[in-house]
Amino acid sequence: MFRHHRVYIVLLAVSVLLLAGCSASRPNAQPSVTFGSNASGTPGMPGMSGMPSMTGAPPGAATGSSAAVAGDQVGIDNFAFAPATLTVKAGSTVTWTNHDEEPHTVAATDGSFHSPGMGTGATFSHTFPAAGKFDYVCSIHPMMHGTVVVTQ
Amino acid sequence: MSQDPRAMSRRQLIRHAAWFGAAVGFSVVGGEVISHVAGTAAAERAHARPTLRFAQVSDSHIGFTGAPNPDVTATFRHAIDQINNLGYTPDFVIHTGDLTHLSSPDQFDQAKQMLSGLRTPHVFTVPGEHDSVDDAGQKYRSVFGAATQGDGWYSFDIAGVHVIALVNTLNLKKLGHLGVEQLEFVEKDVAGLSSDTPIIVISHIPLFAMYPDWGWGTDDATQALSYLRRFSSVTCLNGHVHQLFSQMEGNVTFYSGTTTAYPLPHPGDGPAPKPVTLPAGKLGDALGIREVSYTKGQTALALKEDKLQ
Repeated sequence: MFRHHRVYIVLLAVSVLLLAGCSASRPNAQPSVTFGSNASGTPGMPGMSGMPSMTGAPPGAATGSSAAVAGDQVGIDNFAFAPATLTVKAGSTVTWTNHDEEPHTVAATDGSFHSPGMGTGATFSHTFPAAGKFDYVCSIHPMMHGTVVVTQ
Repeated sequence: MSQDPRAMSRRQLIRHAAWFGAAVGFSVVGGEVISHVAGTAAAERAHARPTLRFAQVSDSHIGFTGAPNPDVTATFRHAIDQINNLGYTPDFVIHTGDLTHLSSPDQFDQAKQMLSGLRTPHVFTVPGEHDSVDDAGQKYRSVFGAATQGDGWYSFDIAGVHVIALVNTLNLKKLGHLGVEQLEFVEKDVAGLSSDTPIIVISHIPLFAMYPDWGWGTDDATQALSYLRRFSSVTCLNGHVHQLFSQMEGNVTFYSGTTTAYPLPHPGDGPAPKPVTLPAGKLGDALGIREVSYTKGQTALALKEDKLQ
């Protein structure tokens, strides 16, 4: 339970600058790291030891699957599937398009389909050969729910 | 706003500190948030190197290209440079997840290359849900998961402090999730520790209920924290929410860190946690890094939030 506590502001100033300034007068040995007995090696990675910062490669382009084709469409806007429930005939191909800046996925609750991460503007299509009711979520934001109802 | 600083909540304190951008060290002692700086005792302590000091950086979203931050590479590099120029070498740096935006191999490769530019003996990571978008974290672990256990969790001891790094971005139903296997790991991991061992728990998604409607909580965190109840000092550091926030529950203090990429709304401000586009020139105020230090004999860690500048 979140309890409120009184807060005392003693002073606003620059202790950390003092800290940084004074630390040089002390030996600066770094403490060693010990990993748990179950560890088979060393998690993490070493940092650099004194070289200038390197230049990273440009980010890879967001993956977009094939352009939307004629068929039944579901938009993803503001962290919601629209329409939340889509009814199509068996054999239909449903295409989802992500309009958010956040990536989303389309993941069937029964595991029958799962999109890759869809960046802004990316689409994902799935064909439903047989009748049924298919619930799905965004696996990144599982509060987002949708359903495809497939009729004969 | 009250004129009496004693009436400030911690959240207000953090906003207050962020507003002024001042170097405010605040610690929680006996349930009181105390901002201590340059006073006599603090100044004395400031002369000694803390027992442990490290930096936290989070939510870099390499690959994001939207209007809220068209160049996340530049802001992440800026954050790395700022850590490299703290005036001391942090004992380690922890990245609390969402290294990438879409879990692509290119993005992981770039994030790893950039992290390797940190001047520190150790760089640790935990995955965010953006690092496990479509493969339950396999690509993440192939790059960052060496020698970790289970789905990528691990622990280590440094300078008398026990650090537990957890993965709560897999098998999501609504909230973050640890799972039975990881809960057992936590229970066994701390079983042999003396109760006065300071504990630091690292995760991406908050381990406290910051705003469950947006998934900002972890459904089985209470179980994990029950194993830590006997410890006198437990500090949980997380990312995910792209903003500073702290909360105390019993012996545990939770600190959400900010991002190097783009801000998200305050809890409940709008329909969804959509990236926020700030007015020109304001982005750096919302981004930052965190310095954390621990001095033996003190219960609380000292945190300092630094804006990107």
